[in-house]
Amino acid sequence: MSKEWPLWEVFIRSQHGLAHKHVGSLHAPDAGMAVNNARDVYTRRNEGVSIWVVRAADIVASSPSDKGALFEPANSKVYRHPTFFPMPEEVKNL
Amino acid sequence: MDHKLTYLLRQGDNALILSQQLSKLCGKGPALEEDMALTNVALDLLGQTRMWLGYAAELEGRGRDEDDMAFLRDAVDLRCCLLVEQPNGNYADTMMRQFYFDTWHYFLMQGLLTSTDRRIADIAEKSIKEVTYHLRRSGDLVVRLGDGTAESHAKIQAAANALWMYSGEAFLYDAADLAMVGQGVAPPSETLRAAFLEHVAEIFAEATLTMPDPAAWMQRGGKQGRHSEHLGFILAEMQFLQRAYPGAEW
Repeated sequence: MSKEWPLWEVFIRSQHGLAHKHVGSLHAPDAGMAVNNARDVYTRRNEGVSIWVVRAADIVASSPSDKGALFEPANSKVYRHPTFFPMPEEVKNL
Repeated sequence: MDHKLTYLLRQGDNALILSQQLSKLCGKGPALEEDMALTNVALDLLGQTRMWLGYAAELEGRGRDEDDMAFLRDAVDLRCCLLVEQPNGNYADTMMRQFYFDTWHYFLMQGLLTSTDRRIADIAEKSIKEVTYHLRRSGDLVVRLGDGTAESHAKIQAAANALWMYSGEAFLYDAADLAMVGQGVAPPSETLRAAFLEHVAEIFAEATLTMPDPAAWMQRGGKQGRHSEHLGFILAEMQFLQRAYPGAEW
């Protein structure tokens, strides 16, 4: 058994926010204690109403070296933004 | 001393001394996460101390405030249970002391929610959510240590046995406590003790720990001001600044 507790990434939904937002990471031996620790480390100043924790090892990330191939083709395609359409006044927050 | 004043000091001094004990571990927890969790509990208890001692100082009517009550009373005037003044020891000792305290504290706060003293009911109302979390956390850690490795099991069982004789003082009611029960201010000892024993038995079963004998003889005296030698050292550290530099502020 490894001496070091595994790393967990912590996501908090704030009082007003709609989605859970990544706030940081911590160490814990299992999911239950990760939630407890997240509460103790990341919600001390009334930051949240909900906590998600995910094992850092379970997150699949894109490779920084793929940045060009993945993201640059979108740079030249401004027509994908919905800014060319007149929107009715009543529709807000789009 | 007025019975209600005694009762308020007992609650305030329990929270004060346990908070001070946990504060000593700030920066020394076994992991950053545990360190912060313990410090959070210490701060919760300090907040509760302010409410209890603030009310006590007002009721006393001698012009003292919550700070005077905390920093200028000597050991013989403190009314905390012997349990909270027991040393931090190893982490199993710290967590077991916390678990015994939290279990009693949780059921007491529940009972005080319906106190006939409006102000006490308000303090209980403000404290109960914090105390609920404290109990969940310390119970969880007792289970983890008990049902963990052979070494953690041995340490938490030793702590459970050693601290057991301090777990019963809170349920030994004297004239002041009984007067509060009579006025509907405080819940009776029997219901609190039954709830305490049931919860401890439940957690110990899950933790694969052997529960000490509920009929064992219990240490007593702290509530009447007869303390262990530990309290003097705690106060020497906690009160030094106000004793050496009276009225010092930051």
